[in-house]
Amino acid sequence: MKIVVDFDKCKSNAVCMAVAPDIFEVRDDNFLYVLQEEPPEDRRPAVEEAIRTCPTGAISVEG
Amino acid sequence: MEHIVVVGASLAGLRAVEAFRREGFAGRLTFVGAEPDEPYDRPPLSKAYLAGDADRSSLALRAQGYDELDVDLRLGQSAHSLDVSGRTVGVGDESVAFDGLVIATGAAPRRLPTQPDVAGVHTLRTIADSDAIGAWIEGDARLCVIGAGFIGAEVAATARSRNRAVTVLEALPQPMVRGVGPVIGEVLARLHRARGVDLRLGVGVDAIAGDSTVERVHLVDGSVVECDAVLVAIGAVPTTDWLEGSGLTVDNGVVCDASLHAAPGIVAAGDVCRWPNEQFDGEVMRIEHWTNAAEQGTHAARSLLAGDDAAPFATVPFVWSDQYDVKIQSAGRFSGEDRMEIVSGSVEEDRFVAIFERGGRISGVLGFSQPRRVIQYRRMIADHESFDAALAFAAENP
Ligand SMILES: Cc1cc2nc3c(=O)[nH]c(=O)nc-3n(C[C@H](O)[C@H](O)[C@H](O)COP(=O)(O)OP(=O)(O)OC[C@H]3O[C@@H](n4cnc5c(N)ncnc54)[C@H](O)[C@@H]3O)c2cc1C
Ligand code: SF4
Repeated sequence: MKIVVDFDKCKSNAVCMAVAPDIFEVRDDNFLYVLQEEPPEDRRPAVEEAIRTCPTGAISVEG
Repeated sequence: MEHIVVVGASLAGLRAVEAFRREGFAGRLTFVGAEPDEPYDRPPLSKAYLAGDADRSSLALRAQGYDELDVDLRLGQSAHSLDVSGRTVGVGDESVAFDGLVIATGAAPRRLPTQPDVAGVHTLRTIADSDAIGAWIEGDARLCVIGAGFIGAEVAATARSRNRAVTVLEALPQPMVRGVGPVIGEVLARLHRARGVDLRLGVGVDAIAGDSTVERVHLVDGSVVECDAVLVAIGAVPTTDWLEGSGLTVDNGVVCDASLHAAPGIVAAGDVCRWPNEQFDGEVMRIEHWTNAAEQGTHAARSLLAGDDAAPFATVPFVWSDQYDVKIQSAGRFSGEDRMEIVSGSVEEDRFVAIFERGGRISGVLGFSQPRRVIQYRRMIADHESFDAALAFAAENP
């Protein structure tokens, strides 16, 4: 599973960070950083929840 | 369960439909929506789409389409009645039988008691509404916005970004003062005035006047606002008229239990749902925000499938609003009367975080362009942290 963020869509509102802080982090510069681009398989439910709750539909996964 | 009907084809309903399939429900799914469009996203209707910076196709909530969901999508059709014991929903001339039902009919704009049906007077909830208001902005109209809540403020900001003349009328002494208190109310007022909005506070609307199209708005203090278009943005009411006589308890929304059940086999989600939120000691809430609708839609579907074993839905409400270059976000529940501390940034720079206290705990957070901090405090609220712990965190993380 590889995380893909469309940074043209991302609005840095950090909802994904609320769901999976080990994977998504919005820093003080207001940019989103993906901490684990290929998170372990057991994090898939959290990643899918982040996809569903991202208000801009910016997150997707490959694989 | 063989057949599940979802009424209301927007965010909460869609997230429910997706969850049924993800959870392995293999029966029939019927998805009924009053609007002609496939489910679309509303927040851009007062922001990028209204400004002309996003096109219509970008509003689709499900760009990949509906084939994969194997759902009978019935757009442009309204449910008009529900028979709880007979397990049927009335849609047009048809009586649709169901084993499970999701109520996701959302909310509709509140109208002024004196709102006339003349051209140029609008509310904002749908793509058509946004197109109509957008056409006025495009046409260099003078816009009068009634109500300085999120939607009124966002439309004002969008119109000002296109350099249009905008008057905003607010009956309260500060924008959103009941929700955010006088200090942040003042910040919101300044934000709009600094960008050229003619903001008139503490004054009620007497009448909207004009022959065939709107010409002016009369205020109770005798003053008059000349304008070409009016947006009435004074809140929303849950869409429950179709449930009259159904036997469900309706009281400012469909009243549900902690697991979002309104009755056995019937759940509700989104702007229409009122339920006891165990996150806040079972306080009964109805929330009109995007994130809540998305999360509740998913949860309601799981609850319906789980029946008696359904888990409670507990959440820390979260909302954002984009106005000019400021990203306003808040989480939790608080009111203007709660103790409030500014814990980072400065209100003068339109970049700060405020936290709110209730019963010794941190109960709310509001930030201007500080998303990371808002989410950090949201977590502390979820964890029932004390207000002192939040202040200690603030001291280390300015
Ligand atoms: C202009 C605007 C801007 C917003 N901006 C933000 C924002 O920045 N941040 C935020 O958090 N939230 C925002 N919101 C709120 C957010 O969009 C709502 O919370 C969300 O749309 C609620 O989703 P829902 O599915 O519960 O209801 P709705 O989106 O209201 O959908 C309900 C659907 O049910 C249909 N329906 C109603 N009755 C029937 C019936 N009897 N039969 C069949 N169908 C029916 C309606 O036509 C509608 O399509 C905004 C809302 C608006 C209008
Ligand atoms: S939730 Fe979506 S828009 Fe918000 S920061 Fe994460 S990826 Fe960006």
